[in-house]
Amino acid sequence: MEKFVVHTGLVVPLDRSNVDTDAIIPKQYLKSIKRTGFGPTLFDDWRYNEPGEPGMDHSQRSVNAGFVLNFPRYAGASVLLARENFGCGSSREHAVWALTDYGIRTVIAPSFADIFFNNSFKNGLLPLALPVEVVEQLFRETQAQEGYQLTVDLPNQQVVTPAGDAFAFSIDEFRKYCLLNGLDDIGLTLQHADDIRAYEVQRKQQAPWLF
Amino acid sequence: MAGKTLYDKVWDAHVVRQEADGTCLLYIDRHLVHEVTSPQAFEGLKLANRQPWRINSMVAVPDHNVPTIGLEHGITDPVSRLQVETLDENCRDFGITEFRLGDIRQGIVHVIGPEQGATLPGMTVVCGDSHTSTHGAFGALAHGIGTSEVEHVMATQCLIQKKMKNMLVSVDGKVGSGVTAKDIVLAIIGEIGTAGGTGYAIEFGGQAIRDLSMEGRMTLCNMAIEGGARAGMVAVDDTTIEYVKGRPYAPKAADWDKAVAAWNHLHSDEDAVFDRVVRLDAASIKPQVTWGTSPEMVIPVDGNTPDPEQESDSVKANGIRAALKYMGLQANTPISSVQIDKVFIGSCTNSRIEDLRAAADIAKGRKVASNVKLAMVVPGSGLVKQQAEQEGLDKIFIEAGFEWRAPGCSMCLAMNADRLEPGERCASTSNRNFEGRQGQGGRTHLVSPAMAAAAAVTGHFVDVRAL
Repeated sequence: MEKFVVHTGLVVPLDRSNVDTDAIIPKQYLKSIKRTGFGPTLFDDWRYNEPGEPGMDHSQRSVNAGFVLNFPRYAGASVLLARENFGCGSSREHAVWALTDYGIRTVIAPSFADIFFNNSFKNGLLPLALPVEVVEQLFRETQAQEGYQLTVDLPNQQVVTPAGDAFAFSIDEFRKYCLLNGLDDIGLTLQHADDIRAYEVQRKQQAPWLF
Repeated sequence: MAGKTLYDKVWDAHVVRQEADGTCLLYIDRHLVHEVTSPQAFEGLKLANRQPWRINSMVAVPDHNVPTIGLEHGITDPVSRLQVETLDENCRDFGITEFRLGDIRQGIVHVIGPEQGATLPGMTVVCGDSHTSTHGAFGALAHGIGTSEVEHVMATQCLIQKKMKNMLVSVDGKVGSGVTAKDIVLAIIGEIGTAGGTGYAIEFGGQAIRDLSMEGRMTLCNMAIEGGARAGMVAVDDTTIEYVKGRPYAPKAADWDKAVAAWNHLHSDEDAVFDRVVRLDAASIKPQVTWGTSPEMVIPVDGNTPDPEQESDSVKANGIRAALKYMGLQANTPISSVQIDKVFIGSCTNSRIEDLRAAADIAKGRKVASNVKLAMVVPGSGLVKQQAEQEGLDKIFIEAGFEWRAPGCSMCLAMNADRLEPGERCASTSNRNFEGRQGQGGRTHLVSPAMAAAAAVTGHFVDVRAL
């Protein structure tokens, strides 16, 4: 997993609440058996004028110039700003893979759906929940100022605007540690293999029908 | 000390170890696997040269991609076929039990788990699918996980988790006739909102929930995730135990008695404390229809679409405007005046035998309306299909003009050939009315099976109680 330490990047404002994972990556692309290649079909239904299918050359498709990701001023954005309940719906991790493959490193919103939130941390994507009024301020500033960038500083747990405003955010210690070090948590869990085996022995006595 | 909630009890019984910041290793009893969210996890295992921790905790089935018609030709879409064949190959390589295409036990993963007794009370159940909340109907702690977690559970039998908060949704009193579990859960989501349960495990209680069959409780818990809660649960009672008894994976003989004794404790203590309590009056719940592009955009069948001009919150007003536009509806429109193009009866929410019986009751002796281009019934599993056919339900549907299909996820998410065309409007018994969910540009209205059948035979939404 790619480490996340300090990231400064261009911000793209997606002014919608309840952005669901079907919108982030439509179902036809879930037929892939790979983890990569989902970037060109991120937000597919909103981003292109015609329906897309797996296997197409997406660079040849007609793009919807009215969709914010297609505005020339947001080309190369790596910070996605959105409204409440981002990532609701299906558990598809493909939604996170599409965002990271596109180049997004962090999503800032007032709130996130639980499964999407969890999935993000497994892929080096940092979902940042900030208060509604802060998100509102960031939307205003992003829209007002072309080239607007934010710096997300994970060690110090703060988001810094170009004007120098700093907003603190909270994060679980364990998740922070894994992101900072780019750690695979399976390896960490297997360090506790003896505990898992001991649990199984004790549980098997109480509830043999589970084994 | 306060008593424990049902969620507390199941959680506590599965904690392997706990770190200082509250992060836990939670032991997983049952891991259900399907073709869409598993290939990358299997690939990860193989690349790291790891073996699954406990093969017999896993049951696999293809469901999302499978065709519901023309099965004799196999899967004709090569991309879908590769994904299903990849599941077959991975299960064969690791020795995992799989109900393949053509096996009568094949079907939607959240239908076949309970049907086989692979879902048992008090278990922790995970699957790479958000509707895993379904299995909470058995007093199990069940929720969806992403593919990285699928790989983690395969490799370690555990999930890294922090405990969620407890919410009680109590539906007090009895529902009126014609009001189903689907209407109850849509009314709950309308009340708490699509993010109302975020961060919580919801326990559903109250007389109206106790009165539900296991099929109804599965419909209810299935949609907990549409209210933002990864897990929904219902306490164990005689209804639960009767359902489980005798199923292939259920405990037998002396184990059965021991299990039942343990399961009888799977309810919240009298003095348990919930972080949030929501109460609904069952008698006031009417048949529900969603009008918009989020499950919280729901009204009773005698209601009108909302007016964004009446909404003071500008983000919400914009949401209403965007949803009305996408759905091709005007504000203040009676939902019962809205005509439909297609009907879908199926999905992990509503494809069990009781759902098909309810729909057939309405379809019997009637005909699908002439403006309805397609009305399809997709049973949840081969065994549901077989039972429905033994009861003659297939004939009732076919005579009324419905198509009777083979089991799978089908037009709930349109990964196979079953989908809406742009602009088409569907009365659907599924769980999500998101933009493009049933096909790009398609318009989904979520309803109960009886309401879907009623819409099919009248051509528009109608109060099933008036038929």
